Parts: sequence; C-alpha cells; structure tokens
Amino acid sequence: MNIQWRRFLRQVVRHLMRHSGFRPSTDGFCQACRPALRGRRMPFAAGAAIGASLRKDGAIHVIALSALIALASASAPAAGQGRSITVVSWGGSYARASVKAYHEAFVKETGIQINLDEFNGGLAQVRAQVETGNVTWDVVDLEGMDTLLGCDEGLLQEIDYADLAPAPDGTPAVEDYPDGVLDCGVALLDYATIYAYNENFFLGAKPTSMADFFDLEKFPGRRGMRRSPYSNLEFALVGDGVPAAQVYEVLSTPEGVERAFRKLDEIKSSVIWWETGAQAPQMLADGEVVMSTAYNGRIFSAQVLEKQPLTIVWDGQVQGWSYLNIVADAPNADLAKQFITFATSAESAARVASYISYGLVRRSAMALVGKHAEAGVEMRPHLPNAPQNMGNMVRENPEWWADNMDDMNERFAAWLLH
Amino acid sequence: MMGKSRTQALLLSLPLIAFIGITFVAPLGSMVLRSFYDPLVAEILPKTVAALGEWDGGALPPEGVYALLAEELRQARADRTIGRLATRLNRQTPGLRSVVSGTGRRLARQGQPPWAEALPRMNKAWGEPEVWHAIAQAGRRVTPTYYLNALDLRMDADSGVVQQPEAKRVYRALFVKTIGVALAITLLCLGIGYPLAWFIAHSPPRRGRLLLVLVLLPFWTSLLVRTTSWIVLLQQQGVLNNLLIWAGVVADDQRLTLMHNMIGTFVAMTHVLLPFMVLPLYSVMSGIPPVQMQAASSLGAKWPRAFRRVYLPQSMPGVGAGCLLVFILAMGYYITPALVGGQSGQLISNFIAYHMQTSLNWGLAAALGSILFVAVLLLFLLYDRVLGLDRMRLGS
Amino acid sequence: MSAWRAGPGAWALRVFCGLAFLFLMAPILIIIPLSFNAEPYFTFTRGMLTLDPDAYSLRWYEQVLLGERWRSAALNTLIVGVSATLLATTLGTVAAMGLSSPAMPWRRTITALLISPMIVPIIIAAAGMFFFYSSLNLTQTYTGLILSHAALGAPFVVITVTAAMAGFNSELLLAAASLGAGPVRTFFKVQLPILSPGVISGALFAFAASLDEVVVVLFMAGLEQRTIPREMWAGIREEISPAILAAATFLILIAVLLLLALELLQRRSDSGRP
Repeated sequence: MNIQWRRFLRQVVRHLMRHSGFRPSTDGFCQACRPALRGRRMPFAAGAAIGASLRKDGAIHVIALSALIALASASAPAAGQGRSITVVSWGGSYARASVKAYHEAFVKETGIQINLDEFNGGLAQVRAQVETGNVTWDVVDLEGMDTLLGCDEGLLQEIDYADLAPAPDGTPAVEDYPDGVLDCGVALLDYATIYAYNENFFLGAKPTSMADFFDLEKFPGRRGMRRSPYSNLEFALVGDGVPAAQVYEVLSTPEGVERAFRKLDEIKSSVIWWETGAQAPQMLADGEVVMSTAYNGRIFSAQVLEKQPLTIVWDGQVQGWSYLNIVADAPNADLAKQFITFATSAESAARVASYISYGLVRRSAMALVGKHAEAGVEMRPHLPNAPQNMGNMVRENPEWWADNMDDMNERFAAWLLH
Repeated sequence: MMGKSRTQALLLSLPLIAFIGITFVAPLGSMVLRSFYDPLVAEILPKTVAALGEWDGGALPPEGVYALLAEELRQARADRTIGRLATRLNRQTPGLRSVVSGTGRRLARQGQPPWAEALPRMNKAWGEPEVWHAIAQAGRRVTPTYYLNALDLRMDADSGVVQQPEAKRVYRALFVKTIGVALAITLLCLGIGYPLAWFIAHSPPRRGRLLLVLVLLPFWTSLLVRTTSWIVLLQQQGVLNNLLIWAGVVADDQRLTLMHNMIGTFVAMTHVLLPFMVLPLYSVMSGIPPVQMQAASSLGAKWPRAFRRVYLPQSMPGVGAGCLLVFILAMGYYITPALVGGQSGQLISNFIAYHMQTSLNWGLAAALGSILFVAVLLLFLLYDRVLGLDRMRLGS
Repeated sequence: MSAWRAGPGAWALRVFCGLAFLFLMAPILIIIPLSFNAEPYFTFTRGMLTLDPDAYSLRWYEQVLLGERWRSAALNTLIVGVSATLLATTLGTVAAMGLSSPAMPWRRTITALLISPMIVPIIIAAAGMFFFYSSLNLTQTYTGLILSHAALGAPFVVITVTAAMAGFNSELLLAAASLGAGPVRTFFKVQLPILSPGVISGALFAFAASLDEVVVVLFMAGLEQRTIPREMWAGIREEISPAILAAATFLILIAVLLLLALELLQRRSDSGRP
C-alpha cells in the first residue's frame, strides 16, 4: 500500500507546487521530496481517516492533503537515500532474465532502486514524453531501427562508448564492440526473430526451412506472425528463395516489395497476428497455431523452463541488435548512465545469457557465456550468434527500415485489410 | 423574477458546463485542430518555406533557397528538431527521412556555398524538384493532407488530388467494414434483445425484477472481465471446445476455431453490448400496459397484427435508443474485438489507436477521429429529429 | 395476453430467453471456478471436474492479493475512481438542479453538451484528451486521469439526478422558503434528502464507469497510475495466467455489490413514493 500512497502524494505535491509557482527549480524539489515520501510509512488508521474525510467534503480533502504533505516533508531523512530510476523493457521472460541478470545486482551494489515497466517496443511513448516535456522514463530497451530513429529525432542521449567499463582483460570498451554499433545507446543483445513449431502437430515430417513456413500444403495449420511488416517481409523473400544476403537489395526495388507481399498472400488466411513477445509462445503452447514467428529467447524459455514441446527452425531468421538507451531529458540521467554502464559490463551482459538465450554484442561478454543458471543447459548452442545457427541468417538493416517503415506500414495495413 | 431564476438555473449548471468544456470539449477541439493544422515544417524551416512561396515550381529553386535550407537544417540539427522534420517530410514523400537526416549529419561537419551545388552532392535528391515540392506542400500550416490520407487520397506534385495507389488504400474500406460490423452487431442485439426485454417487461413483477438482474450483472461487470471470459470460453483448448469434445460433437483433432475470427468478434461484442439494447427496451416496454394488447386481440385482431399496430409503435423509442447506443459503442470499442476477434476485429478505432500510439501519425489519427466524430454527431442529430434526445434514459 | 402465453409461441419465447440468459451469464459464472485452478491453465482440468480438492488452490488469489502489481493497481483504481466520482457527483448534481429548473434557458443544447462525454466514442475522447492534456503536462499524472474520468462519469450523474428531480415537488422549496430557510439550508435539509437516491445511483454509475475504463488509461496513464483494467489488459496480452481470473472474480464481486446497492436504493425510493 505504501508505495502507491507515496506515489499519489508525490504527484499531488508536484502538481500543487508546479501550479502554485512554488517549485524552486526543475529538479530540486523532487530530489528533496522523494526520499521524504519514500521513507514514510503511513499508518493504516491515518489512511482510513483521510479516506473517510475525503468522502465528506471537498474542503476537507484539500486540508487533509496539505496536512499529509506537511507530514511527509517534515520528516525528510537525509538526501541521497532512496534514489531511483525508471527502466522500461520488454515484458515476460525477458524482463525476468534482466532482473535476475543485472537489476538485482545493481540495486544491491548501488542502493539505487529500479522501477521496471514494460512496453512492446517503438518510440511512441518516448516521443510523447520528450515532446510534452514530461519525461518519466530514464532507460529504455529499443530495437536498432528505433535507436537510429530516436537518435536522429533527438529523443535519445548519445553515449560515448569510451565511458563504458573496459573488458575483464583491460580492452577498452570501444574496441570490444563490432563495427556498426549505433552511438545513441549501448548495444546489448544479439537476438533473432525466428520461427518455431509445436512438435505435437508434426509427428511425421518436420519443417526445416523458411520455405516450409510458407508451405500450407506440406504443413497445414495456422501460423502466428507479428502484426508488423518488420521481419515478415524478410521472411517472405527468404521463403521465396532469395538468398539471405540479398534480401534488402531485393526489398529496395518496388518489384521486391511486391514479391514479398505476394509470398505473404499464400498464407495470409491462415495467419493469427501477435503483438507482444509473450503471445507467440503462448499461442504455440495452446495449440492456437502450429507454428509461429517469435523472438528466439521466448521460445527457449518455453522449451527449457516450461517444458513445452517447441522447436526452433534456424533458417532465414532476422537477427538484430537491441540497445539500452537513455531518454533525452531523463529525470535521472546520471543514475541511468551508471545503470547502463553496469548492465553492459562483460560480466552483467554475460549473465543475461545465463537466463535467456540471447547472444551478446560485446565480444568479451560472449567469451564468458556458460550454462543456464537454473536449468543447467549449455547456453551457447541456443544463442542466435552460435555459428551453427547462423547458416542462413538475415542481418537486420536498421537504415532500410528507418527509411521505409512508414511506407511499409501503410502497405501492410492495406494488405491486411484486403 | 423570471430573469433571476433563469440566471440562477444557469449559474447552477455553469460549473459543470465549464468543467466539461475544459476537460472534454477542449480536447475534442484540439483533436479537430490537429487534423488540419500542422505548423511543424513551417516552424522548423520558416525562411525556406517563405522563400519557396516565391518559387514558380518550375525547375529547381534558386541558390538563395538552397542557402536558407542549409542554414535551417544546421540549426534544426543543433536544436534536435531535425528528426521530427524528417519524419514529417517522409510522410509527405517516402524516402525523405534519410535525405533530411543524412544531409543534416553532413552539414554539421562540412559544406560551403554555393549550396545549389553542395547540397545535391550530399544527397542527389536535392537536385530534383520533387523534394522541394514536398517541402513547399508540407510547409503549409493549414493542410488537407491528413483528411486526404484518411480518405485514401493524396496530393501529387502539382497539388492535384489523386487516389492513393491501390496497394495503400485502407481507410475507405475500413470505414465500410466498421459500419458493417457495427450494423450487424446492432441487428444481432436487437434480435436477441427485443424478445428478451419483452419477456422481462411482461413477467410478473417479482420474477421480472430477478430476470432484470441477469441483464444488469453483465452490464455492471467490467469489460475486461467479459473479454477475458470469452477468451477462456472460445480458444482452441478452451472450455467450449472441451465441452463439445466431451459431448462427442467434435473430435479432439477437429477443434473448432471460434476465436481470432469473425465469430469471436460477433459473439463477444454482442455479449458486451446486449445489455445496452435490453435496458432501454425494457424501460420503454414496462411502460406499455399489457391491457392494450388484450384489448386489441379481444377486438378480433390476430396477434401479429395487434403487435404490429399497437405494441411495436409504442416500443419504438426503446428500439431507437438501444440501436443508437449499441451502434455507437460498437464503432468506438476496440479492446474486445481486437483481443477476441484478432485480425477480423481490427476496426477504425484500432487504427486510430495505432496511429496514436505506434506510428505516431497524430495528424492522421486526428483526421480519422474527426471523421468518426462527425459521423456520430450526424447520427445523433438524426436520432434527435426522429425520437428526441431528451427522452433518453438509463435502464434502471 | 393469456392467449399467447399458453401457445407454442410462448414456449419458443421461453426457450429463446433461457438461452439468451445463459449467453449473458455463463461467461461471467465460468470465470469464478476457473480462478481456483491449481494449474496455470484457462480450462477445467480433469481433477477439477472430478472435484479433486488438490486440483483447486488459492494460489492466484495469493498472487493478486500479495503481489505488489495488483495491489498497486487496486489502489490506483480506488484513488482515481473515488476522486473522479466525487468530482462528477458534486458538479453533476448541482448542474442537474439547474437543468431541472423550469426557467433554464437553452436546455436542449446544454443537456446535449453535458451528456456528450457519454455518447462520443471513447476512442475519440481518449485521443482528444491525450492531445490536450499532454499540452498541459497532465498525461501520466493522477490529476489528468481523475479529470478525464470525472468528465466521462458526470453525464451519468446528470441523467440520474435529473430523473430524480422530475419527481420532485417544487412546492416544497416554497414551503421551506416561507418558513425562513435560506437556499443553502433548503438544499441540504430539503432537496438533498429527497434527491439522494438519484445522487447515489449517479455516483455508482460514475464509479463503475471509471472502474471499467481502459482506453483513456491506456493513452494517458504512466507506470505509476496503472489501474486494474490496465493490468488486466497487460495480463491478457502479456502473460496469460489465471491471476487475471482471480482479479476478474474480485471485479465481479464489486459488480454484484454495486448492483445490490442500486437495487436497495430503488426499493427505498419506490417505497418512499406516495
């Protein structure tokens, strides 16, 4: 209960201050009041009494709140305690992995609290916050394309890789990353959008290639796909026989786009579209679909932790890097940077791969990958950047998508409707 | 005396009028404003846009315009507004995002006059008239672009209105589909709700009251709860399929597909909206004395005829109110159809939400919303003409 | 009437209505037993059907009652719902009294304006509110959410109180005035007690509207203001666990309580009538 009361009070106080012109500086007030409110445990009786008085009269409402505010600020403990940041990431098994891999350790080491929220990617909320000047997120976990766009739009802060922790052997961070990483965030994961199937439906012949995903005659049954052109167009072209390395070249021509949509046409009536990362493994496990595209780590978690009969097909998968970013004008930018530095150290990053099967962009982190922390499975063979999985892989091209996302979204929406 | 009580009555209503004005009408106004007023490009590139106003639109603009653009792009990059500019122009002409942001990046490091040569070297798009037309068009503060897009139209380089290419036409079909689905659900609700309301209204009072509770409980139960229950019931491994298998109606490997299709949309939406049909019908029907029907039949009229001539006309206000409520709610609800109906449940509201939250094309979202708003307003005017809005009642 | 009651048509009607009631109630009733499922599934397990006690458990209730997320959501729902209801009820009651006065000018227009939040499709309201409130820095705040929910709830109060006023005998006011009571005193001592069933049922409607609202919350609320419907939305899309069913059962309970309260009010106002 306490946290909500505190949050509510904090907001009321913030607003009273803001609208009465009481606020001394942009951040000064909140820095001072947050620990005050956080350290305060409201006795239940007081809460109930206030609740009762709220019901009686509007005037009492105001008086009670003022009293509370006075109460809260009078007993402010020394500043410095109770600092916190808001971290926004993808939910489900990925969020759980991040918490175990580095959130908990970070909190323990620094005393900085983490408010974890989840979203389904995209820049929308970040943009809305920056443009309205009401930024509440500090750190956000974005796909490459959105990192690129956010950087161009000034929505994200640039981060100098030179400030990051060096590798365990002393190699500076700048030299520890492959070429082509963007500098409006720190590249963390090497993840893949793959397709997987439910073994119960394929007791005889099993799908082995991207072409099989599009083959309803050989492998009948409903498919799950993300409701977005992103990665589906690549799948379609690979499924239609385009070599993985030439996918974006082909997509850059109008005929190539046409070809991708024609391929998608072949399975359109059998597709159920998912929107959140957790839906794909869920639909597979429930038998709503017989195969589905999905983020590889989610399928791994369902396979290994929940013992679901799922199999990943490593062919034609789209592989990209995800980034940890600091939102422009983040309220706690310094703490956020501290957090990102912690999270992207070789040790922390490597620990992510001991909870969920995502590869790491940082070379020295990859070197540390071992077994799953709970299931004891050797993790390397399950990572997207394991050599045996990369045989026919499409490396995501964020620039192409940044340029064509709007256009492809429009086409995709129209295509879905017709 | 009269004037005083007039003022008094008005004063009593004034706080709420002001409140609704600020918290509700003003937001609607700001949405409508956004659908045609877009000052972004004019604010980020004020001088360029002004200079392009002088341009005859023929070949390429003169060196002066190039110089202004270079200056303002540099400034936009420093102000971190270049991304929004690029997004907006990309919407006008796909592909401009990288032209604008790439040029901005290069300008930060290099470049000197003559700009008419330097800019095309940075990106060859600056050597073609299309990009300049796009800036000139997007530079207008009052723009029809979003309404055009909302109707599957667009402006070509000569500011003529043309159809979107076939592969990008969405919204007209979507409006038609939305209206179709909403109508079908309204008819379904009427078909189930009318006999149901009749039955409740003409049951003995005590039983009627009890039966009414069976309608009211779903009405008071959260929408999300009912959506969840339909997922529980309809999915492949769900309760209904299990029940059918247990009863031997279908085989285990032949489970019915009841969700993520039109069946799911119709079933769940009808369930959610049925109370909105039954309650107004009931409140009207319970005011119709049963004696009238008895009198009609005792005068020798056959039941169907008596019903048509005596009962139906009197129940029309309820039918009107119920249909209007259900139709409007069906057009506006998007949570339930999206979760239960899958792709088939994607209606105009989903697209408004999509452009609000994902594509961030707020102008287009506002234009779609405004069109829907006007449609609903017209419906209400029609309703008011025919049946009178002030006779609207809540069920109980 | 009695003629058709006995015929085959009457039986068809009864069967039809029985099925319709089943259609209305079954989805709500089915959730309750499933929320006691010991397994993380959305369907009845064999054990549940044979009434094996081990197949039932309270684990999802534990999750909902002890989990920080759901408790925080419950408190947010309460904060927003109660504040919005107070605001809507106060303003709505006063406005309805004005609207009921025979001297009220432009009654039709003003009524239409005041009940407009109820009849404009919610997606439009939410979009507009997002645009407008974000320009005032009110998105992701309790204030913004409370104001928007109050606006959405006020029409219910206006309608119920206006309906209650329709049965109000204005001579009582004159009587009170002739006995020397001032307008404020008259309001609290004479009008309010008579109107209270209308006011309370309006308040219940307004509260239920806030309790059920998810679209505006989706657009406007930040992490700190997540309400129960918002958590359920995330639950359905993110991690589909029977914890949602436990939360849903609580909401059903609340619906039953609201409904009972309204029924009692109605009885009271019915019996109070001459």
